[in-house]
Amino acid sequence: MTVRSMITTQMESVASQQNKSLAPLNDNLVLLDCGLDSLCFAILVARLEDELGYDPFSTDDDVYFPTTFGDFVAFYERAAH
Amino acid sequence: MNAPHTNIERRTACLASRISQAGGDGRWLWDGVREVSIVSALSETRLGGRRDALAGKTVLIRTRDQLSAALVLIELDSVAKRLILAPPDLDAAHLPFVIEDGGVEVIVGDIPPTDDLGVEHVPLTDPAPRLRSSVAHRRSEWVMFTSGTTGRPKMVAHSLHGLTGAIPPADPDDPPVWGTFYDVRRYGGLQMLLRALIGGGSMILSRPDESTGDFLARLGQRGVTHLSATPSHWRKALMSPAIKAVAPRYLRLSGEIADQAVLDNLKAMFPGTPVGHAYASTEAGVGFEVNDGLEGFPADFIGRPGAVAMKVQDGSLRLRSFRTASQYVGAAADLAPDLADGDGFVDTGDMVEQRGERFYFAGRRGGIINVGGLKIHPEEVEAVINRHPAVRMSLVKGRKNPITGAIVVAEVVADGSDETLRDQILSDCRAVLPAFKVPTSIRFVDQLTVTAGGKLERRIA
Repeated sequence: MTVRSMITTQMESVASQQNKSLAPLNDNLVLLDCGLDSLCFAILVARLEDELGYDPFSTDDDVYFPTTFGDFVAFYERAAH
Repeated sequence: MNAPHTNIERRTACLASRISQAGGDGRWLWDGVREVSIVSALSETRLGGRRDALAGKTVLIRTRDQLSAALVLIELDSVAKRLILAPPDLDAAHLPFVIEDGGVEVIVGDIPPTDDLGVEHVPLTDPAPRLRSSVAHRRSEWVMFTSGTTGRPKMVAHSLHGLTGAIPPADPDDPPVWGTFYDVRRYGGLQMLLRALIGGGSMILSRPDESTGDFLARLGQRGVTHLSATPSHWRKALMSPAIKAVAPRYLRLSGEIADQAVLDNLKAMFPGTPVGHAYASTEAGVGFEVNDGLEGFPADFIGRPGAVAMKVQDGSLRLRSFRTASQYVGAAADLAPDLADGDGFVDTGDMVEQRGERFYFAGRRGGIINVGGLKIHPEEVEAVINRHPAVRMSLVKGRKNPITGAIVVAEVVADGSDETLRDQILSDCRAVLPAFKVPTSIRFVDQLTVTAGGKLERRIA
């Protein structure tokens, strides 16, 4: 499973568990508008850490917060290497 | 008969004579290896006759087992100036601090010192008849270690009068056999030892390496009538098939929040047996007992007349009574010279919430999980998880998170570990808790660590 598809799957799962409606995902979608609140993102990041084995937010030296879904995926993909 | 300022020996002996008049004092203390009759505990020396030499001294009692500590306490109460009771898990590396903070002059016990600590060591000896004491009795100060501190140990001072203030008068016709999962070298266990001694009873003590099942079997074997433990101990006991070996007539919980699930489970396991949960802490002493089988306590306890005054301020429970510790000892006293506030109330650090006519314990002030600025007491989430009939114990903690600072996660001991159970527990939580308090993950584990003090071990994740 690619990093992108893992992120997509987990976002859908978190949204459904938290009773949020997730906007259709595309690279230009602004994360703040995707329908998930900060608790959902917190859960998402924890799940991704469990699945992927890393958390780019705490390993990345630059304090970087991705703005769009595309940034978010790229952020995780970059950290994979 | 129970004059408050006499010593533990006299208060126990006084009862011994009443009991022997009524047909023989068969009382004992037993830890599974040694059994010591109360008569010999009162009439023999374990200090090689050096009792009088310790008059007016500050003594640290440091023993391998509980029974030895109990015997030394009985022998030295009202002889020593200050008796400091070392808990079983006292780190030897902390001894210099304890000696300095407590003003220790003599260490009594069966653990030979490995370093030169600069104080005299009095070893334990085989029992021998006690010589008549020639020293005047004094009111010894009893010093105990507070629970839940890491680093330099914190000690508080009590009087025997305060320690025994909550103990009801003895009924010599119906002597209890106390059993406890606590260690008598801590506040909770010492309460039970004192109840046994001055309440005319016997006592079954646990051993450090003993399993819950083995201890329950021993409790059953000697017919325990009064059984006391923390909710965590009880949850473990309820998981053991050996729980069926005991048939106590009184069950007691203290030391942690007793949630409705553990109270209901005990009621189901021991139908018709009174179940009381007591509020007590090393600093605040025995506060109160709740005997209506419900978690929390009635709101009218606040402001009611009696030996213990209670108030709630800034969300935490505060107690004032002669049963609270009188002061911190040593370095802890420098940091917090006054245990009590200006009105004499001791802040317990236990947070309570009023719902209707009842107060409920929310958790410890320091144990709060902060999820994006929203505060969660782990205990309130555990109480919900524990309501599921398949759940035995749970531990809720914070997991570090880059988005919200922390998120709530749970570890659960349950009968089963499948996805259905996980979903049921989570849906129970979602039904009553706001989203940020619902565990974001549940991990099924075989067991949870209970500290030597009988409390669920809470580590910061």
